[in-house]
Amino acid sequence: MWDYIKLIALGLVAVLAAIAAGNARDLAYQVNAVEVMLAAAIAFIWVLRTMGSRQPVAQNEYFDGVVRAGVIATTFWGVVGFLVAVIIAFQLAYPALNFEWAQGYLNFGKLRPLHTSAVIFAFGGNALIASSFYVVQRTSAARLFGGNGLGWFVFWGYNLFIVLAATGYILGATQSKEYAEPEWYVDIWLTIVWVAYLAAFLGTIFKRKEPHIYVANWFYLSFIVTIAMLHIVNNLSIPVSLFGSKSVQVFSGVQDAMTQWWYGHNAVGFFLTAGFLGMMYYFVPKQAERPVYSYKLSIVHFWALIFLYIWAGPHHLHYTALPDWASTLGMVMSVILWMPSWGGMINGLMTLSGAWDKLRTDPVIRMMVVSVGFYGMSTFEGPMMSIKAVNSLSHYTDWTIGHVHSGALGWNGMITFGTLYFLVPRLWAREGLYSLKLVSWHFWLSTIGIVLYAASMWVAGIMQGLMWREVDSQGFLVNAFADTVAAMHPMFVVRGLGGVLYLTGGIIMAYNLYMTVARQPRVESRSVAAVPAE
Amino acid sequence: MDYHILREFADSWFLIFLFTFFLGIVVWVFRPGARRTYEDTSAIPFRNEDKPASSEEPGASRDSKE
Repeated sequence: MWDYIKLIALGLVAVLAAIAAGNARDLAYQVNAVEVMLAAAIAFIWVLRTMGSRQPVAQNEYFDGVVRAGVIATTFWGVVGFLVAVIIAFQLAYPALNFEWAQGYLNFGKLRPLHTSAVIFAFGGNALIASSFYVVQRTSAARLFGGNGLGWFVFWGYNLFIVLAATGYILGATQSKEYAEPEWYVDIWLTIVWVAYLAAFLGTIFKRKEPHIYVANWFYLSFIVTIAMLHIVNNLSIPVSLFGSKSVQVFSGVQDAMTQWWYGHNAVGFFLTAGFLGMMYYFVPKQAERPVYSYKLSIVHFWALIFLYIWAGPHHLHYTALPDWASTLGMVMSVILWMPSWGGMINGLMTLSGAWDKLRTDPVIRMMVVSVGFYGMSTFEGPMMSIKAVNSLSHYTDWTIGHVHSGALGWNGMITFGTLYFLVPRLWAREGLYSLKLVSWHFWLSTIGIVLYAASMWVAGIMQGLMWREVDSQGFLVNAFADTVAAMHPMFVVRGLGGVLYLTGGIIMAYNLYMTVARQPRVESRSVAAVPAE
Repeated sequence: MDYHILREFADSWFLIFLFTFFLGIVVWVFRPGARRTYEDTSAIPFRNEDKPASSEEPGASRDSKE
């Protein structure tokens, strides 16, 4: 019965998408409609062919199929995102790489949102969804809520969202909001997927067998709930036509700017921080084989972080039309935020107390520790840059980009790599990783890559800021904008090279993970004792 | 219910509420007997690694450590 309803719904979606594609007002909308049609048709055929033959859900096993798929997607999107990153980094250093024949499609302006969305939402998002499904099942001692259907819907629905968004960007569908570029229909689709995600996650917590909800789940849950709220409010827009991608924002002017950066900064705070802290609080203790340093601190960390982060957004709008009191509030809250951030960092690092020797032998734990270290560094740098006096120098320069990348590459990237190295042998029941030597290579390549990136952007940013404010004895500005661009060329090349190292590390990881599944012997019966990391 | 009413409420009563809520959490975390509970809770990642706890006995997930 349920299958028939699914078939009718999928058939209807495919037909409506075909109609929408036929009536489309612009190319991006048309291509997206065709993609939806294909996705619905494939799902239709799959439901039809497996009707009546699907196995009932085994409640005495964890649902790891969707986690495995998420791990593959994370690795794939990671390499894609890093590749686009390297391309656009060299496009900035050598503008000739904005080829004439690809103008309007593959120039920097089109590829930049593709890069940010690929690494944040595709790589980071898949990592968060997969790891949260893994963690919530283990720490609740219960199978994922909603049978197999809900989990798979979240995975495929989320990846469809990524494909829709990415093809839309290239063809020109964007609402020009940083990190919220997808247009109205893609936003609606993501909302549906996100509600399903929340249901799967919360449902698992509701049926947990453990009396307490482990702290990692608190962080994951705050990430899911807050992203839902941010996404809906920041994407309040009215489509110009049902058959076109263009929409008009409900807010305008400084209200819109403030809403955008309330969204933007909390995407950093709850997507890239709270969600990944959930990862930290599970995978660092697991890899170190000892419980988190202080559970009390983790609770205070959680509440302090979620109470403070939401206020920090106005620091993106210093010296703009935003009222002074609002940007001062944002600055003060950002500085206070330093405390919970470092509380969390200390908690993660001190989890290794008594097991520091593992740093010598286990490159995976080394990756996690460096990740937490970068978390500490970028959450020190961030509050400092939010101070108005510092911001007047740093804002609109590449210092900001350097800051973002020390957080994204260092903290988010490294903790995700550590998580993937932890998960793959367990999910595919393999005896450890294929090569720890390759993990070491990955570790050093990415660490050196990040250092090159952050250092070159500090130099470029501070130099550009100083050049912008330089005035001669008559009070005239000394440098034209183009002078600063020319002066930054060497730093742009160094940044690109850092990106090449990071990308190489990512490819090595993908190879290592593939070989782990392909070549490592199977573990027959997995005992409770963890597989030694060495 | 215009903006000013909301704002006055936000920077007075609701601010006090959030602040006391947070202080309450800090006090709650250090309540007597919390250590034992948190030791047990922080050990959650180290059980039920391979399969869910069986449904008959709700407390079965705890192993014999205690």
